[in-house]
Amino acid sequence: MLAQFIGVVLDGIAYASLLFLISVGLSVTMGLMQFANLAHGAFAMAGGYMCVYAMQALGLSYLAALPIAFLFSMVLGVILERLLYRRLYSASHLAQVLFTVGLLYLSMGLAVLLFGPGAQAIHLPPFLQGQIAMFGTQLSVFRAFTIIFVLIVALGLAFVVRWTRFGARIRCSVDNRAAAIGIGIDVDKVMTYAFALGSGLAGVGGALGVQLMGLDPSFPLKYLAYFLLIVVVGGAGSFIGPLFAALVVGVVDTAGRYYAPVLGSFTMYFLMIALLLIFPHGLVGRAR
Amino acid sequence: MSATFRYRALTLSVLIFGAIPAIADDLKIGLIAPFSGPSSDAGGPEMESGMRAYLKIHGDTVAGRKIVIIRKDAPSPAPDVARRLAQELVTRDKVDVLAGHIFTPTAIAAGQVSTQAKVPMLIMNAATSGILAKMPYTARASFTLAQTTAPLARWANKNGIKRVFTVVADYAPGIDSETAFLQELEKSGNSAAGSIRVPLDTIDFASYIRRIQDTQPGAVFAFLPASDQAKNFIKAFREAGLDKAGVRLLAEGGMVHPAISMTLDDDAIGTVSSHHYSDDHQTAVNAAFVAAFKTFSPGGRAPSYIAVGAYDAMEMLFQAVKMQEGKLDPDRTMQIWREMAWESPRGPVRFDPASRDIVQNVYIRKLERKNGALVNVEFETFANVDDAGRQ
Repeated sequence: MLAQFIGVVLDGIAYASLLFLISVGLSVTMGLMQFANLAHGAFAMAGGYMCVYAMQALGLSYLAALPIAFLFSMVLGVILERLLYRRLYSASHLAQVLFTVGLLYLSMGLAVLLFGPGAQAIHLPPFLQGQIAMFGTQLSVFRAFTIIFVLIVALGLAFVVRWTRFGARIRCSVDNRAAAIGIGIDVDKVMTYAFALGSGLAGVGGALGVQLMGLDPSFPLKYLAYFLLIVVVGGAGSFIGPLFAALVVGVVDTAGRYYAPVLGSFTMYFLMIALLLIFPHGLVGRAR
Repeated sequence: MSATFRYRALTLSVLIFGAIPAIADDLKIGLIAPFSGPSSDAGGPEMESGMRAYLKIHGDTVAGRKIVIIRKDAPSPAPDVARRLAQELVTRDKVDVLAGHIFTPTAIAAGQVSTQAKVPMLIMNAATSGILAKMPYTARASFTLAQTTAPLARWANKNGIKRVFTVVADYAPGIDSETAFLQELEKSGNSAAGSIRVPLDTIDFASYIRRIQDTQPGAVFAFLPASDQAKNFIKAFREAGLDKAGVRLLAEGGMVHPAISMTLDDDAIGTVSSHHYSDDHQTAVNAAFVAAFKTFSPGGRAPSYIAVGAYDAMEMLFQAVKMQEGKLDPDRTMQIWREMAWESPRGPVRFDPASRDIVQNVYIRKLERKNGALVNVEFETFANVDDAGRQ
């Protein structure tokens, strides 16, 4: 019984890692600019397609395709932020939502045009296939790889945010934008960098997700609810919040399906509603 | 047919269509299917390519009437959209016949329009059992899930496979296939090791795979929609090493049709499935169909069961128009279809006059690599299976 429980939790953590990786950028841009980027999943999808393209057309290995997916989505993020997004920072929320939903559908159409409507698949290298035994249970090597990969990224991220000047600027801009501008922080520039980093992380998440979440042109819309859920439950603007929220979503969703398959997704959504009632500003968020 | 009836039918058609349909006109087919969105990959274009393959082989004119296909996009199973499209096709485009339908709900909605307007309809996919009862002017050229899954259970019984775990998507076709499979298992005193109905929004199958592992079954029967779900499940099955642990995967054939097995590649090899059509079926009729289809499909992909449903619907339409010398009287047409029997690319088929469903062979196949391509190789035949899975 215990071994099974551990197995289910580990599966859930692997799923949660991916959700965290993709959603964390959304949390930061929402906290920085109060900008709800509903097209955020498009950057994850772009990373996924880049990974597939790099492996199939360019013949690169999986491990080489991951950083390419990161860079591609990051560059895409910078370009779009500079050209389009920044024009709408001061616009109404309705305008922002319409704009990003438009972008979302545009990205889906573009994906159909370039890659066709079907789902994509990648072939994992042999060392990422198979199962490993741990804690008396079986875990797939790829899931273990995903957990470790995201753990390293999360620690790196925590270091950047906590200990570097760039991290301090982000924290300051999120906490009090007026004061940040007052002490000479270029919040616009901070936003561009944060947007780029968030897009890049989403891209790498999308690339890792090809195996576990699937990849087809409807990707950004299909998972939009999950990404928003994690940001809202975690608390916009934080790094730790989305991590907790992703863990709750991933583990509860997976465990719910194992222990009470009849309930389907009910378990998870029920918990989400409960959490939002108890913590209306998110797990680590604050009232604004 | 009496003179009064003919007069009435004429008056009715004048009332409905606003004009007396001219006989030498184009023969218009109203095709309702997904041409956009996630279901379009193996949806509308696949049907249209199947129809075009038929026209390429048999010519695009029948009894002096040129075939015109009018496409209508129904991206999702939404019945209200399908009803509106069918109404448009009948009243504005004045189609001679309605056709298409990936999803059962769109088939039922359009079937109501077909019934009221007395416009014959040909279902090319939509495989839920029993939906034709209330649609007297509809015939189904595809299959039902009970028809394709019961033989798989029979095969499992015959081969002494004990303790089968069933995994189906939690919607009408999934429950149809689960019921058909379990009933057949019980006939030989066999019972399921466990049964799970998976919500249609499931992405990560890890928990379900663990449940399967816990019960250590002899085989897993799966029916999931022929899209990401089928792919993700087969992938997760392999990833967990269930095949290496000696658990056989028995799939409803739609899960391993060409567009899916192509993206799964090696992960899908060895899957045993049951279905009425494989592009590997070794007959001259099928070879001609596959060759013609590949000139229309993206990347020269092989035809799926959806394409063969569309091909056979064209065969039915051609036959009806030929026998009525260019006309398409609804009652006479239904009579012709009820009595039809022909050699399809899938094998010999005929109609069950009572149910208006196809009686056909169901094949047990194994996914193998053949000349570089993945194909479902048929190795056992259950002959003349009806829509309830009986032989």
